Amino acid sequence: MQAHPPLIDPKQTYASVTDKISSMVLTRRTPLYWILGLALSFSLVLVLTVCVTYLFIKGVGIWGINIPIAWGFAITNFVWWIGIGHAGTLISAILLLLHQKWRTSINRFAEAMTLFAVSCAGIFPLIHVGRPWLAYWLFPYPNTMALWPQFRSPLLWDVFAVSTYATVSALFWYVGLIPDLATLRDRAEGKVAPVIYGMLAMGWRGSARHWHRYETAYTLLAGLAAPLVVSVHTIVSWDFAVSLVPGWHTTIFPPYFVAGAVYSGFAMVLTLAIPLRKFYGLEGYITDKHIDNMAKVMLATGLIVAYGYLIEMFVNWYNGNVFEHYMLLNRMTGPYWPAYWALITCNVIIPQLLWFRRFRTHPGVLFIISIIINIGMWLERFIIVVTSLHRDYLPSSWGMYIPTRWDLGTFFGTIGLFLTLLFLFIRFLPVISIFETRELLSEEKDANT
Amino acid sequence: MTAATTYGLMAEFDSPEALLAATRSAYAEGFRRMDAYSPFAIEGLDDALGPHRNWLPLLVLLGGIGGGLTGFGMQWFANVVHYPLNIGGRPFNSWPSFIPITFEMTILAAAGVAVLGMLALNGLPMPYHPVFSVPRFELASRQGFFLCIEAEDPKFDLQKTRSLLEALKPVGVYEVAPW
Repeated sequence: MQAHPPLIDPKQTYASVTDKISSMVLTRRTPLYWILGLALSFSLVLVLTVCVTYLFIKGVGIWGINIPIAWGFAITNFVWWIGIGHAGTLISAILLLLHQKWRTSINRFAEAMTLFAVSCAGIFPLIHVGRPWLAYWLFPYPNTMALWPQFRSPLLWDVFAVSTYATVSALFWYVGLIPDLATLRDRAEGKVAPVIYGMLAMGWRGSARHWHRYETAYTLLAGLAAPLVVSVHTIVSWDFAVSLVPGWHTTIFPPYFVAGAVYSGFAMVLTLAIPLRKFYGLEGYITDKHIDNMAKVMLATGLIVAYGYLIEMFVNWYNGNVFEHYMLLNRMTGPYWPAYWALITCNVIIPQLLWFRRFRTHPGVLFIISIIINIGMWLERFIIVVTSLHRDYLPSSWGMYIPTRWDLGTFFGTIGLFLTLLFLFIRFLPVISIFETRELLSEEKDANT
Repeated sequence: MTAATTYGLMAEFDSPEALLAATRSAYAEGFRRMDAYSPFAIEGLDDALGPHRNWLPLLVLLGGIGGGLTGFGMQWFANVVHYPLNIGGRPFNSWPSFIPITFEMTILAAAGVAVLGMLALNGLPMPYHPVFSVPRFELASRQGFFLCIEAEDPKFDLQKTRSLLEALKPVGVYEVAPW
């Protein structure tokens, strides 16, 4: 058997890993590429602000949506962002439960990515409701109208699923940060930083009793987050599958959505991890082994997604329903055919390169493949949302959806928001879990002696 | 009571193994009021401090059950008692469609209890604690491993405990200022 390459440089010590990771936050000099990156991302946030402000003034008519295509970019983007978040939870929770040690150096920023992706996702349903100032009507609360939300609707299940997911992801992330915040408190200089980190660390002192309860809480949270993450995208898929629209009303949707979510999420983790490790010199922490493993997960989930496409086609052909037949034909050859074939190229054909080790361990190639998969998964949601709605049962009610500049501005604006939050996170909090790296180092030392 | 003049004595070690061994010998000497501090969780260290009941899993279970019952109860109350709507003769208590929200509420409450319960049982937030008065203690979040025997322990004696700790080959032994 091949000896497995080390997940961490064995020459490192507890002090050196602590100093290296915390120096990214505590160093006084802000790198120029960080400032440029933040400036670029933040200008997209300004675009988002303009788009949303204009939307609040004029209403959803500024978008390309209409009847029959009432769900346009907003829902496409919502599903895409939520899906991206799923890889973070998978890495932090499911890989923890499976004792996959390689998760250690990527879990922190993957969790941050989850949190920021969910924040971007949450914007879309809220601004799509038309009267966003009444969005709180989605929640059950005692009100003078004596009304309740419709508990039997998948759209309301979605409200509960996504808000629970956002809350649990935030808790998981924060709990994971507490010991590292204590490290920053003890190492930060100046007057303000130690106080802020100190308050956030809540007086963590590394007591053995505390560690014991901490690990219990962390494992339990992982155990709770694992089924949660599966439930969230399942419920998102029910938004579609519980309706009677051709192309939506199918039982393959939940598993296929969950696999697609993990697929796009890992693609996003790679899109972020590859530049991050290059610019901050983290090759000793995010090793080629990590990159290779993530590429393998991407290949596996990509194949599940491809299988989903195949079964969808088969069931469409086999069920003998003329509306379903037409839907499939329309997807492949109708007005949106370029998007469909681009989706197949991005999600099914190009990722087959990941079978080769050479591509899985080449950061440049992998970075490009991961971006292609991100685009492919966005197109998949666009195809599902738009092609099913634009031509359903009644040909007299067919229509076309063409996104406007406001649709595009809002979408790219959320990408800016996502990147802005990530840039701030990289600057102010440790991107790699310091205490888990120390623990990993201790385990590797034990294994070698 | 010596508690008025000192919180306890703290010994610093340079490896997790040394801290674990020191904690075991301190326990064997009969010390009970003590705590060990380390920059990461060390397997067996909690047990070395003596038997201890961890209430957290039970609390999380109760939290989850409570959350699930609340979630289902809310939907049942809204649809059966408070605002029943007859839609095509379907049952008011259409429980299968209440399951997703029940599930989400179970997870939400259990996760909330796991985090708040962990903090509460650990007595956090507690911004100041006597151990922070030792200057070297800031290494407890980097590469230092510490054992603190508290003055409240009936066997505590400033001189005897100090020589005992020094026999364990620590990096240093420090006196911890009281509250």
